[in-house]
Amino acid sequence: MEAVPEKKRVTVDGQDYELVFGRPASLTSKPFTYCPGCNHGTIHRLVAEVIDELGIQHRCVGMASVGCSVFSYEFFDFDFISCAHGRALAVATGVKRVQPDTVVLSYQGDGDLAAIGTAETIHAANRGERITTIFVNNAIYGMTGGQMAPTTIIGQRTTTTPEGRDEHRIGWLIRMSEMLALLPGVSFVARTTCHDAKSILKTKVAIKKAFRAQLEDRGFSMVEILSNCNVNWRMTPQDAVNWVGEEMTKVFPPGTYKDVFAEDQEKARADAPSKTKAQSSEKTEV
Amino acid sequence: MSAQRVFMKGNEAACEGAFRAGCKFFAGYPITPQNEVPEYMSKHIWDHGGTFIQSESEVAAINMLMGASAAGARAMTSSSSPGISLKQEGISYIAMSELPCVVMNVVRCGPGLGNIAPHQGDYFQATRGGGHGDYRTITLAPNSVQEMAQFVYLAFELADKWRNPALVLSDGTIGQMMEPVDFSEMPYVEPPDKSDWCLNAHQEGRERHLITTIYLLAEDMAPVHERLVKKYERIKKAEVRYTDYMSDDAEILIVAIGSPSRVARSAIKAGREEGLKLGLLRPITVWPFPYGVIRQYAESDRVKAIVVTEMNWGQMVEDVAMAVSGKKPVHFVPKHGGLTFTPEDMLEPIRAIRENPMNPETLWVQT
Repeated sequence: MEAVPEKKRVTVDGQDYELVFGRPASLTSKPFTYCPGCNHGTIHRLVAEVIDELGIQHRCVGMASVGCSVFSYEFFDFDFISCAHGRALAVATGVKRVQPDTVVLSYQGDGDLAAIGTAETIHAANRGERITTIFVNNAIYGMTGGQMAPTTIIGQRTTTTPEGRDEHRIGWLIRMSEMLALLPGVSFVARTTCHDAKSILKTKVAIKKAFRAQLEDRGFSMVEILSNCNVNWRMTPQDAVNWVGEEMTKVFPPGTYKDVFAEDQEKARADAPSKTKAQSSEKTEV
Repeated sequence: MSAQRVFMKGNEAACEGAFRAGCKFFAGYPITPQNEVPEYMSKHIWDHGGTFIQSESEVAAINMLMGASAAGARAMTSSSSPGISLKQEGISYIAMSELPCVVMNVVRCGPGLGNIAPHQGDYFQATRGGGHGDYRTITLAPNSVQEMAQFVYLAFELADKWRNPALVLSDGTIGQMMEPVDFSEMPYVEPPDKSDWCLNAHQEGRERHLITTIYLLAEDMAPVHERLVKKYERIKKAEVRYTDYMSDDAEILIVAIGSPSRVARSAIKAGREEGLKLGLLRPITVWPFPYGVIRQYAESDRVKAIVVTEMNWGQMVEDVAMAVSGKKPVHFVPKHGGLTFTPEDMLEPIRAIRENPMNPETLWVQT
């Protein structure tokens, strides 16, 4: 009979409780400083849970980028380096090439990854660097006060598109997951959201796959997570979350855009019938 | 390469200097006149257990260096002037993160695209930090193929010693020319162990390592700045290097670096044949700059004037003038546009300076 794992217990005010939900070991004890309603906290937690579950906390090296998550290293509990705006994936490349045993995580926003760091993103992905990127897309520059992002959707008002984004003046939004999926160096790309419980669970599954791709040396992996910025969107937290689910997903469709694990299965299935065919033709000959 | 004495190009010698210093990471981008560096690196670094990346830009290359250095490797990049401008963002971050690395600039003519001829227009950029914020980079100025190897080798040592970026400020002539190089003074070394601060996969049982440049509160930033200022003061005291040539009895002292310092030697020999008592002071470190020794020459009764020869519009001459502090006239003899000096280009104005040490034609006036 399998040993039943001992249940963790905690004592609060002299009362003994069974611990059913705690803080992931990969997070420090510092409370999040993100705005109420922002998804960064949720996403940090999901990343930390995955790292805990994979048992890689003490091998992880994080790249903090520039934006609201500039201080992400205060919350993740492993080695970290703070990078210049847009350069996280170049720094990550240097770390991973020198220390291939590390598990390298870059945590970047849309301005960082899809505007100032587009070249670094595309080329790190194209080189197939064994790095996992968490790309938080909230369609706006949050930290600097709500300017247009490369991912701002058409018609969306920001402080630099006060009349709404006009594609003929400013250009169209950019879809990074779809772009990166075209590159052979990429092993896994998915777009998820965090606007309800179901989507949060899906996000965690995707994050785990992305890390697995790195651990198995399959190439570059990224999870784009649609997030909200209720403060700069000038919405209530609830409206902002709804807007992610109802509006953002229309132009940024959630889904898996590249998945080497699915391709492996596909290949295995494709190989299987051809074997049967060969066997049957052999039989006919007999 | 096992031979101790080899005939090779400056740019290639620099790579061999790097291998001997234990360089394990190189990232770079093509630009003339330094292309031999990434080419040589791409061919040979693997044999030394290192990694080469041809990056998508100079910006990416310097940031890859930041990562490689943060992960504990001796890392190098090289470029030429326009590319070095692009690297300045990264150099600022690396200096503030107190990470060691080596950056070589095979200087060409600017501003803008300029041309691919040798030049010295990046002196200010190299010696004043170059990027945003207050910082300095240890900067070595080679004038031979031998020194290309030797100074890259030394730059790695100094970068690690001070945990600061070290620059090798070369020029197109030194990078492109061929000379014999003696490697006997450059044994292969194992890079120092940096596991007490670098990012790695062995974090079990130790405090996590954090490398950052952001301190939002002025109260938090000020002590960091004070620590860096003190470090730079210590470097200034410990690392000044220079060499001189026939300067013991010189009445006119030439100050030059890089390829013009080679022409200056020829000018000094020819000048002495016609009775001009010339000598050369050649800074090897241009940051920290040898202010003290130049001041000593300026204070000597024997020295009548100091002549700075540069392939630019006048940059190092400002450091020389600062050292001289008005004690003797300082003259500036430039070459523009990527043109190179002949000994006569230096001797002609020097003859006029001997006749009139305050000759306004070449007198450097601080504006």
